This record gives sequence, structure tokens and C-alpha cells, in this order.
Amino acid sequence: MTNVALVLPIQSSEDIVIARQKVRELAIKAGFNVVNQTKFITAASELARNTLDYGGGGYLTFEELINGNKKGLKLVFEDQGPGIDNIQLAMTDGYTTGKGLGLGLTGAKRLVNEFDLWTEVGKGTRISIIQWT
Amino acid sequence: MTNVGCDQIAQVIQKDEKIILEQWGSYQLSSFTMRRDLISENEVKQESRKFLQLFSGALQNNKNDKLTGNEWDDVRVLLADVSLSRAKKGFSPSDTATFIFSLKQPLFNIARENFKDIAILAEVLWNITVILDKLGLYTTEVYQKGREEIISRQQQEMLELSTPVVQLWEGILALPMIGTLDSSRTQVVMESLLQEIVDTGATIAILDITGVPTVDTLVAQHLLKTVAAARLMGADCIISGIRPQIAQTIVHLGVDLTSVITKATLADAFLVALERTKQKIVKVAV
Ligand SMILES: Nc1ncnc2c1ncn2[C@@H]1O[C@H](COP(=O)(O)OP(=O)(O)O)[C@@H](O)[C@H]1O
Ligand SMILES: [Mg+2]
Repeated sequence: MTNVALVLPIQSSEDIVIARQKVRELAIKAGFNVVNQTKFITAASELARNTLDYGGGGYLTFEELINGNKKGLKLVFEDQGPGIDNIQLAMTDGYTTGKGLGLGLTGAKRLVNEFDLWTEVGKGTRISIIQWT
Repeated sequence: MTNVGCDQIAQVIQKDEKIILEQWGSYQLSSFTMRRDLISENEVKQESRKFLQLFSGALQNNKNDKLTGNEWDDVRVLLADVSLSRAKKGFSPSDTATFIFSLKQPLFNIARENFKDIAILAEVLWNITVILDKLGLYTTEVYQKGREEIISRQQQEMLELSTPVVQLWEGILALPMIGTLDSSRTQVVMESLLQEIVDTGATIAILDITGVPTVDTLVAQHLLKTVAAARLMGADCIISGIRPQIAQTIVHLGVDLTSVITKATLADAFLVALERTKQKIVKVAV
């Protein structure tokens, strides 16, 4: 069962702060423990920053999930930026085309239960992550 | 909108000024959004009287229904003043717009008294509505800008407030960081720390991140840069206040903090700093 909770714009640094606060709020509501909350918020922060810095801005969609007696939260980051032309390289620890540490994508993947990346050069990038209680 | 309509409204406003002010005043003060705690009755009355005078003057000279002519300049200036001062006092946008919208009823009342021809009355009422709606909208636009300015000023103030470098002991500085470490904040943090290192000749600086809710790779990178810069100035850094959940997250991210001394609490970090600077705190026997 899914339930689209809300969509937030990711167009500025302030939007990233707001997105993090919303993720925290919904993670607490879903009943995540502190470690899971922190992991998920941090992953969201990484992906939101990429959406802004590399994707030229985009949107974050929240979905609340229920599977049996488990609750989950799904976040989808979408942009219509340049896309990623070498996914394998982008998914390598330490690889960056900017000035970052190159650990955002790989780190986010390690921090969450499910990680899904879709990208097409010239079209954009969509990354969804899911965390369960 | 005809000028005749506006001109006639201006005349009756001037004639019935007292009645309008009385009614308008009581509408404003009884409005349930009116924040009596934030503004005095006297202030409301003065603003109202001044507005009504400028308003009828502008109406008399009104040239187009967009209210863009310079005959409206004084009204706009006054409204901007009212909006900004209310924004600063903590009024909401709707409270502020109420100032204008609550003038509708008194003006309708005197229009009904003074214009018996139904066609003219209809035109007059329409004109009043159009003009007051525009002015009301104007107050909310000004209000919005005013709030944005206030917020960005408060953010600037926060930048400085939340990054105090404190000298804990001889040669030991501490930097308790609180809030979101976005790039403009960390820039300020780094600069004030480096300056203090120079000014005090400190050899150890403790960066305490107890109050930083999220440590992502950007924050980690800023911390590492600060540590590297301090090192160039001759000071070693200790990062303290790493809560267990943050430690786990940093490990999963793959950020390498092994080149930096890290401690769970500021107190632990302080002990290391004392040791490093060959100092000791002893309990005095009594
Ligand atoms: N939304 C995106 N659109 C285009 N390219 C992206 C996007 N997200 C990530 N990338 C690419 O993947 C690289 C690695 O990203 P990441 O692991 O977060 O490291 P960093 O942000 O430090 O560069 C980026 O440098 C960038 O080239
Ligand atoms: Mg990144």
C-alpha cells in the first residue's frame, strides 16, 4: 500500500534544509529508530544536494509505505538535468565531477534498504530510496 | 473606472471623514485578527486618519485604474510604512491587509447614504472595491518583502551568533557548532577559528558538533578542510560531540576521519587537549 504524502521543490540550499526536516518528521512518524532516522536523513541530504548541484534543481516526492506490520518511507529525487553518462563511474567511491568527496551516491546506497537509480543523458536523473522500520 | 466616480467618492470621504474614521477604527479594533498586544489603539487611529487624507487626495486626482500614477505615491509610501512596521512587530500578512480591507464597509456605508441613484451607486461601489483590493494586495506584497528582509537579516545575525570561538584554557580553543553547517556558515566558522588561533597562539582547537543535526559528506568535507587549515596555522583539531548514530552514518558514507582525533564529548576532548598541552587540572585537598 502506498500513499503519496507530498512533493517538495529542491531549488535552493534552503529547500535542502526543509527537505531534511520533512524527512526527519516523517521518519519519526513512521517509527524509525534514531540510527535509521539519521541514516535516512543523511542519504536524503546527499541526494538532494546532487539534485540541486548536478541536476540543476528538481523535486522530492515522499511516499509512506506499509508492508504487513512494517512501515516504510520512500523518497524519489527527480531532476531534468544532464543525466549521468557513466553510472558505473558515478557509483564509485571517491569519484566526483565537482569538488565533492565523491561519496554521496555510494554512501547513500549503503545507508538505505533500497536504492534505485534511473538516468538518461540529456533527460535527467531519478533516484528513489526506501527505508523500513 | 470614470474619474467622475472617483472624484465624487473623494468629496464624500472628505465630508464624512469623522464618521468613516469612527466606523473604520472600530472595525479594525474589533477584527479578530487585530493584535492589541502588538499595536496601540492610538497608533491605529493615527495611521487611519493619515491614510484617509492621502487616499481621498489621490482619488481626487486619479488618472487610471491601475493606481500607477504619481498621485498615488504618498499613499503607497504610507502603506509601505504601515506594512513594514507591522511585519517587524510580528503581524501576519492577513492582519496587515485587514488595515485596508476593513475600510470597505465604512466606505460602502457612506456611499449608500450619499448616492441615491442606483447606477451611480453601483459604479461607486465597484470603484471602491477595485481600488481597495489593489491597495490591499500592495500591502501584502510589501509585507512579504519586509518579512524576507527580516528573515535574511536574522539569518546573518545567526551566522555570527552561532559560531563563537571560546578560549577554554591557555592554548586551547573550542568551537561549539550549532545548527545546519551550510557552506556560508562553515566559511564563517573557519575564518573566525583561524583568526582566533592567530590571536591567541592556541595549539589545540576543539570542534564540537553536538549541535549539528546532520553530518553528510559536505559537512564532513568542511570539517576536514577546517582541520587542515588549522593545522597549517600550527594548531591541531579534535572533533567532539560525535553521537553514536552520527559515527555509524559517517562510517557508512565512507568518510575517512582517521587523520583527525575524535571524541564522544567535549569533556573527553578537553582532557586530551590538556594532556597535549602538558597541562593538568588537580583537585585541591582541603
Ligand atoms: N542528479 C545528478 N545529475 C547529474 N549527475 C549527477 C547527479 N547526481 C550525481 N551525479 C554525478 O555523480 C557524481 C558523484 O556524485 P556523488 O557521489 O554525490 O559525489 P559528489 O557529490 O561529491 O560529486 C557527481 O560528481 C556527478 O558527476
Ligand atoms: Mg554528492
